[in-house]
Amino acid sequence: MAYSEKVIDHYTHPRNVGTLDKSSNAVGTGLVGAPECGDVMRLQIEVDDNHMITDAKFKTFGCGSAIASSSLATEWLKGKSIDDAMKIDNMDIVEELALPPVKIHCSVLAEDAIKAAINDYRVKNGMEALEVAKSHH
Amino acid sequence: MNLPIYLDNNATTPMDPRVLDAMLPYFNAKFGNAASRNHAFGWAAEEGVDYAREQVAKLIGASEKEIIFTSGATESDNLAIKGVFEMYKEKGNHIITCVTEHKAVIDACKHVEKLGGEVTYLGVKADGLIDLAELEAAITERTILVAIMYGNNEIGVIQPVKEIAAIAHKHGALFMTDATQAVGKIPVDVIADGIDLMAFSAHKMYGPKGVGALYVRRKNPRVKVTAQMDGGGHERGMRSGTLNVPGIVGLGKACELCRLEMESEAVRLSALRDKLQASLTTMEESYVNGNTEHRLPHVANISFKYVEGEGLMMAMKDLAVSSGSACTSASLEPSYVLKSLGLSDDLAHSSIRFGLGRFTTEEEVDFAIEQTKKAVNHLRDLSPLWEMFKEGVDLDKIEWAEH
Repeated sequence: MAYSEKVIDHYTHPRNVGTLDKSSNAVGTGLVGAPECGDVMRLQIEVDDNHMITDAKFKTFGCGSAIASSSLATEWLKGKSIDDAMKIDNMDIVEELALPPVKIHCSVLAEDAIKAAINDYRVKNGMEALEVAKSHH
Repeated sequence: MNLPIYLDNNATTPMDPRVLDAMLPYFNAKFGNAASRNHAFGWAAEEGVDYAREQVAKLIGASEKEIIFTSGATESDNLAIKGVFEMYKEKGNHIITCVTEHKAVIDACKHVEKLGGEVTYLGVKADGLIDLAELEAAITERTILVAIMYGNNEIGVIQPVKEIAAIAHKHGALFMTDATQAVGKIPVDVIADGIDLMAFSAHKMYGPKGVGALYVRRKNPRVKVTAQMDGGGHERGMRSGTLNVPGIVGLGKACELCRLEMESEAVRLSALRDKLQASLTTMEESYVNGNTEHRLPHVANISFKYVEGEGLMMAMKDLAVSSGSACTSASLEPSYVLKSLGLSDDLAHSSIRFGLGRFTTEEEVDFAIEQTKKAVNHLRDLSPLWEMFKEGVDLDKIEWAEH
């Protein structure tokens, strides 16, 4: 199976690889997946007082599509409000990266990671966690 | 050096040009049907097949009458297992095999179970070898066949076939082995090893795809299998179908080349493999899977912890290798062979199989070492698990959301 050019681009030149201080109240961390399943994503956001995402970082254990999905997610998150970020749908990632059906779970995982990071931030800052509408698994 | 470099010789091997040369006349000038006994075209084809049969037999220490040509090892496995089950059903219905067999053996056994057979699937020890005491304990009066592979396709471990054969024979059962990965790579002798039936294939030993053979012992004891395909009664009635003459000629030539070159080739390949393995295992948290003492000379299966195999292969873009990770399949289940060694799923997902071959050069191996190391480091820089490991986090204590 050949990878799309966009997947290869994100895989070869991943954007925003790294780690933010997870103990900071301005940082939300989402860690999703499981090593047994061959996919673990850690996505972190840094949020300012206006609830705008100023920075995003990721690290991913997984296949090329999983790495590309999380790299793309960090690009999309920067500059968005946490409310808008909550609206990112896995199918947008599928479309942007032209993921084949067997790789859709990678985009689902990225969406889960975004929501987990936002909820982590919300809970840390006295807001209630938003219910994650979809059940993917 | 041409890129990409082929290091997946357990999947298939490139055809040796000498094999191709031997085959070519049988596509046109000698196109006859080997079963046409009444004209020169048939005789020419038959002569090619007869010669090939001798070449094949000689490689494995058999007599040429004991070679049944098939379409490949999968067909040979099916014919052996289903054919013995059908032929010996008066004697019993129990077959013993093991969990690390190729799917062609496992699924043929599953088929036999549907037909009323009983199958025992032996587990393997952490090094990939079966436990002989466990084998002996599993044998019953109803056991007609013990089917254990010679060399494993994923990790390359070599089962103690001689001992397995002795145990099977002691209890009146036949011994069958899928030797697809072993024949032509290491000395295999059906007499010395006590093999009653043996499946193997041309394309794993520098021959063409679509042709293989089943060795069926003719004396001490005389073994018979029930044909699984009805037709003209070719191959002593065990495998009907017009003979694939060019393929068979290619298999014969491939066997002859292996017989002549195997010994020096095994020395060369194991030196290259050992170099690759030694260099890659200097990296932190990298492990060789399977027994390293009883192993085919050209295979190394290595897990690089905290990186995922498919992602890793993508970074090793100039290397053609394979991984125990099954991220591409819908099941997301990693290799059943690696899991049966007791490897955790994450280590199974992190494995890469390097399979060297006749055309692998030292320059290529050096390149492979460098690119693999670079790829592992790149992926570890991206891996949250590697970071957590480095921080001393116990990954087993984290509650992962399995998806």
